[in-house]
Amino acid sequence: MDHVLSVSGLRKTYGSKVAVDGISFEVRRGEIVGLLGPNGAGKTTTINMILSVLEPSAGSIHIEGFDIQSHRAKALSHTNFAAVYAPLPGNLTVVQNLRVFGLLYSTPNLTARIEELLTQFELTAFRHTRCGVLSSGEQTRVCLAKALLNRPLLLLLDEPTGSLDPAKAHDIRIKIREVVADGDCGVLWTSHNMYEVEQVCDRVLFLSRGNILLEGAPKTLPQQHGKETLEDLFIAVAREPLAFREGHHP
Amino acid sequence: MNFCRIYAILLRQFYLLRESAARFVPLFVWVAIDIVLWGFITRYLNNVSTSPFNFVPIFLGAVLLWDFLTRVMQGVTMAFFEDVWSRNFLNVFATPISTGEYLSGLVLASIVTSAVGLVVMLVVASCVFGLSFIVYGMLIVPFLFILFLFGVALGIFGTAIVLRLGPAAEWFIWPIPALISPFACVFYPLATLPHWMQWIAKLMPPAYVFESMRAIVAGGSASWPALAWGAGLAVGYIVLACFTFVRVYRHAMRSGLIARYSAESLS
Repeated sequence: MDHVLSVSGLRKTYGSKVAVDGISFEVRRGEIVGLLGPNGAGKTTTINMILSVLEPSAGSIHIEGFDIQSHRAKALSHTNFAAVYAPLPGNLTVVQNLRVFGLLYSTPNLTARIEELLTQFELTAFRHTRCGVLSSGEQTRVCLAKALLNRPLLLLLDEPTGSLDPAKAHDIRIKIREVVADGDCGVLWTSHNMYEVEQVCDRVLFLSRGNILLEGAPKTLPQQHGKETLEDLFIAVAREPLAFREGHHP
Repeated sequence: MNFCRIYAILLRQFYLLRESAARFVPLFVWVAIDIVLWGFITRYLNNVSTSPFNFVPIFLGAVLLWDFLTRVMQGVTMAFFEDVWSRNFLNVFATPISTGEYLSGLVLASIVTSAVGLVVMLVVASCVFGLSFIVYGMLIVPFLFILFLFGVALGIFGTAIVLRLGPAAEWFIWPIPALISPFACVFYPLATLPHWMQWIAKLMPPAYVFESMRAIVAGGSASWPALAWGAGLAVGYIVLACFTFVRVYRHAMRSGLIARYSAESLS
């Protein structure tokens, strides 16, 4: 099986408001897919549905072949996530948080895995520090360590470097790249930093008003649509989504 | 059921209790104060009463058992509130944990915390005020069992209310034992209540415990069918509470409230 994530006809409505409008896409093993779009485009809604904390109005989600609706536990055991808006409890230490979440994901050889991640994310010195007193960069590293506890085949990263300075963000990007290169993990990555997306993603999906408008390689997609950079393309999609939806290339 | 995940919820609570006096001390301080207060009241009543009636096993025993039920309920809700206060729902419910496993973890945490309170109450009540559980005999086991079950039911129902209405709704949860206590006949026989209150009291599992307790102390015997009915009612309330929690959880999944819980409402 090539796809770790397969999303088909995914739709979410709140009354008459359509948040996600029947989108379909896949994430392959060893691939980093960027989910791009302006605020309110439906990126986080999509991620929440994949994480099974939001029920879709229609459509299906398969993770490693398991339907998230009928085989939730199996599907989520192959998944993990890190998001800037979901910090780990600040009243537990780094090691305590990793142990609790390691148990929640039924991680085998948990103690050894925690030590491995503490070293990998340079958190050894903070092992007994409560997460609430860590800097935002350190908290992000703890969240990423938690996200890799169960060696997920699908990793969802919602603006993982959003609160980091450029140097720290660079380090995190390299680490995630290494994780993907070392295993079968596929990543769905949202970011508003187009430089980061170009650096990290193999493929991008442009989402606007709940629809996927464009899909392609981040380095070639701008030129295909008459734009110099990915940022120019992002701005054009955000301002004139209808033009892209109808197949025009402004 | 995956015991690893249930243990995770218990372990989280253990870490918090171990390292926070603000969490650990209230487990036994308030119940100890309650026992001391009621201990002196019963001692005073024994002194001023002309009858040979002993108020200690009636009132102090009732306070102890009622505080146990309250501690069980609060044990469940407090473990849940830790996720509310640390805004941890998204992290927890995005794991493979099921609602059954999550609730089991909360109940296990409650067993530990309520046991601490119970032991302290027993020590203070027996050592300082001479309350002897030998008076109740082996019936203390079904008494505690029924109260534990009903406390669990109240706790799960309370978590469902907070999950549905948002963090501020925790203030609806704290007074629940006080609201129920008049109908639970903690300090007086069921027959004391007006007719309409008696009907409600008959639906309260603790009422069967306290009626039996008073019957034993008065030299009579407890009604086993009544206690069995009380236990059955308590189990029924647990089923109803779990059903309510699952319904509320599914609503939160549909509305997106789990992911944006701090918003309290998405309308």
